[in-house]
Amino acid sequence: MNFDFSEDEKLVRDQTARLLADECDSKVVREVLEGRAVYAEGVWKGLCDMGLAGTAIPEAYGGVDAGYLALCLIAQVLGSKVAPTPFSSSVYLATEALLLFGTEAQKQSLLPKLASGALIGALATTEDPTELDAQNIKCTVRGGKLNGHKFAVADGGIADCAVVLARGDAGPGLYLVDLQAAGVSRTNLDTVDPTRNTARIDFADVSAELLGTDAGHGMQQLDGIHDRAAVLFAFEQIGGAQAALDMAVAYARQRFAFGRPIGSFQGLKHMMADMYVALKLAESNCYYAAWALATDAAELPLAAATARVSATQAYQLCSRDNIQVHGGMGFTWEFDCHLYYRRSNYLALELGGMNVWENKLVNALPSAA
Amino acid sequence: MDFNDTAAEASFRTEARDWIQANAPKHLFAALSSSTFGGMNTGDEDPLQAAKKWQKKKAEAGWACLLWPKEYGGRAANPIQSVIWNQEEGVYGKLGGMFIIGQGMCGPTMMAFAGEDHKRRLLPKLASGEEVWCQLFSEPHGGSDLAGLRTRAEKEGDEWVINGQKIWTSGAQYSDYGILITRTDPTVAKHKGLTMFFLDMRSPGIEIRPIKQVNGQSGFNEVYFDNVRIPDSQRLGAVGDGWRVSLTTLMNERLAIGGSIATGFPELNSLVQSLPISRDKAVNDAGVRSRLADWYCKASGLRNTAARAISALSRGETPGPENSIGKLVAGGMMQDIAKYAMDLQGFGSVVNDPAIAEGNARFQAMLLRSPAVRIEGGTDQILRNIIAERVLGLPDDMRADKGLPFNRIPTGN
Repeated sequence: MNFDFSEDEKLVRDQTARLLADECDSKVVREVLEGRAVYAEGVWKGLCDMGLAGTAIPEAYGGVDAGYLALCLIAQVLGSKVAPTPFSSSVYLATEALLLFGTEAQKQSLLPKLASGALIGALATTEDPTELDAQNIKCTVRGGKLNGHKFAVADGGIADCAVVLARGDAGPGLYLVDLQAAGVSRTNLDTVDPTRNTARIDFADVSAELLGTDAGHGMQQLDGIHDRAAVLFAFEQIGGAQAALDMAVAYARQRFAFGRPIGSFQGLKHMMADMYVALKLAESNCYYAAWALATDAAELPLAAATARVSATQAYQLCSRDNIQVHGGMGFTWEFDCHLYYRRSNYLALELGGMNVWENKLVNALPSAA
Repeated sequence: MDFNDTAAEASFRTEARDWIQANAPKHLFAALSSSTFGGMNTGDEDPLQAAKKWQKKKAEAGWACLLWPKEYGGRAANPIQSVIWNQEEGVYGKLGGMFIIGQGMCGPTMMAFAGEDHKRRLLPKLASGEEVWCQLFSEPHGGSDLAGLRTRAEKEGDEWVINGQKIWTSGAQYSDYGILITRTDPTVAKHKGLTMFFLDMRSPGIEIRPIKQVNGQSGFNEVYFDNVRIPDSQRLGAVGDGWRVSLTTLMNERLAIGGSIATGFPELNSLVQSLPISRDKAVNDAGVRSRLADWYCKASGLRNTAARAISALSRGETPGPENSIGKLVAGGMMQDIAKYAMDLQGFGSVVNDPAIAEGNARFQAMLLRSPAVRIEGGTDQILRNIIAERVLGLPDDMRADKGLPFNRIPTGN
C-alpha cells in the first residue's frame, strides 16, 4: 500500500502551478467576471501548449498519456486559481465521453484535436431547472437531425463541439454535434459564477451523430461519464477550498480588532479548524477516488460519489466562512472572497446537486459496510 | 498510489492470518463480536485474564507490539505491517483494549527517556501483557490546562516524595506501573516546573478510587498520593523537563487512538438495511439516505486520512497534529448517530437492556459513552485550538497566566 502521488505526478502539478501563478492571477479572473473576456484564452492556450488537455489521452490519439493521477493534481491547481477556462468541460467531460464510448473513427477524428486544444468540447444535458431525468429530455434526434434546446451548458458559448443528450428512436442517447454548424444558435447567460462561460443552445435541424454504437443508453452512459468526471471536479473543489481557507487564515493573522489579531479569538479559530477538518476529510476521500479512477477499480462509483459529496461540502463551507472571517470586507466586490463563493456554488451544481450524489452514494454502499 | 498489498505485504498478511487462525481464542468470538461501545464482552471469562492470555500468546510468537524493537518484546515490523496485523486480528483486537495506554503511550515514553536497564526489564513485560501500565496526567485542576497540574514532587536524598491527586486514570485499579507528571518547582512558569517519573502502582501511600460514570461503568479512577516515594532513578527526562516528555506521550496518544476510532457508521448502516419506517426499509427513505451519505463521507474520510498518515509514517515522517481530526470527527459523529438511530426506532429505543433492545443495546451504549469521547484525550475545543494554532498557524490565544510563576497564577478560589 502506498497512499500518495508519485514524484512525476507532483512535478506536473508544480509545473501547472507555476504557469497559473504567472498567467492566472485574480486580475485575469476578473476580466471574465466583469465581462471583458468570455474566458481566459491566454491561460487556456498556456495549458494546451503544455499538453495538459491531453494528459489522460493515449499517445495513439495525440495525447501524452500521463495518467489520471496527474490529471487529478492538475484539476486541483486549476480549482485553486478559479481558472476561467473550458478545461473541465473539454477534458473531464467531452474527452471522457469519447474515450468511454466513442467509435474508433470518432476517437481518431476528435481526440487529437481535443488533446491539442484545437477543439474545445462540452457536455450538454440540462433542459430546464429540474433534476436531470430521462423523462424530461425533449431534445430529439430524428434522421440524424437534432432539434430542441439546452437550458444551460457550461462553456457552451465557447465550445466547438458538444456531446448532447437527446432522445433518439431507441430512447435517450448521447450525440456528437458540431457547434459551428448551421442551425445552432447560442446565447451567453448571466449565472451565479460569471467566471465560467455558460450558454443556452438552440438546435434547429442540426446534424448529429450517435456517440459510439449503443443507441438508447444515454442515461447509463452519462452516469459512467459523471462518475469519472466527479473525481476530477472534486479535485477542483478541494483546490478551491484550500485557497479559500488559506485566504481566511492569512487575513485573520494580519487583521487586528480589540487590540489583537482576530485569528487569536476562539470563535474564529474554531470556525477555521472546522474548515480544515472538512477539507482534510474531502482530500483523503479524493485521494482514494483518484486511485479508483486511475485503476478503473470496481469501487469507482462509491469512491467518486464520496469524493464528490465531501468535496462539495468542504468547498461550500470554506468559501462561505472565508467571507465570514473577512467580515464586511468579504462582501465587497474588491476582495476575492466572492470568486471562491461563486465557483463553489457553480461546481456544487454542475454534474447534479447534492441530492443526486447522496443517492448515488447510498446506491453504491455495500449493505454490510 | 496503490491500495493493494505488495508481494511482501501479501505474504506477511498470509503469515499473520494463518497464525491467528491456528491460535486465536475462538471460543470468545461470539461474545467479543457482540461487545458494544465502551464495554468488552468475554462471556464467562474474566476480561482482564482473557486479555492477558491472548496477549501472552501473541508475545511468545512475536506478534505483540509489532513496531517495537525485538529486545523490548516487539517485532521491529514496519507501520504497514502493523496495520495489516490489526486488520487480520479483527474482533480479537478488542482484547488489546486494556493495553492501549500502556503500550501506545507509556511504552514509547519509556523508550525515549528511561535508562537501558529499566527498558530491558520492564518493556518486555508490558509488551506481553504480564504487566499493565497507566498514565497519571489529568488532575482536578489540570485537565484541558494540563500544565496547570498541582501534584507535588519534593526531593529527599535520592528519592522524590509525591503528594496530590490525579483523576481520569484509566485502568489504575489493575495497573502494575504508571507514568506520572508532577510539579517540582512552583516558583517558575507553569510549563517549566514539571518533572516526569514512572512508579510502581503498589507503592505505599497510593489510594485508588473508581469513578462511577454516566454509563454506569467505572473505567476511570481517582488516584491519591500521600507521601509516596519514588527513586530518582525512575525520573524520565531532566528535572523541569516534564512538559517536553509529556508531549512525547501525547503525540503517541494520537497515533494509538487515531486510526481505528469507532464512529458508529457500520452499526447505523446495518440498522437501516432492515429497520422499517413508513412501511418501507429505512434505507429507502430520502432523509435517511441523506444522513447516511454524509456520515459515510466522514467515516470514509477518517479511514483514508489514517491511510495517508500510515504512508507518511512508512516514509519516515513523524505524524503531526493534523491527526487530531480523528477523534474530533468520530466523537461528535458517534453521538449524533446514536441519537439518530434511536430516533428511527421510536420510543421503544429508550429500553437499555441488552437482552431485549436492538443489537444488544448498541446505540444506547454509544449514546451514554460517546459524551466522554468528546472530552477524553483532549476536548473537542482543545483539539480545535491545536488545529488552529499548530496546523493553520493562527496566533495563540491571549493567556492570563502567560509568563507568571505557577504559584502566582489566579485560581478563582
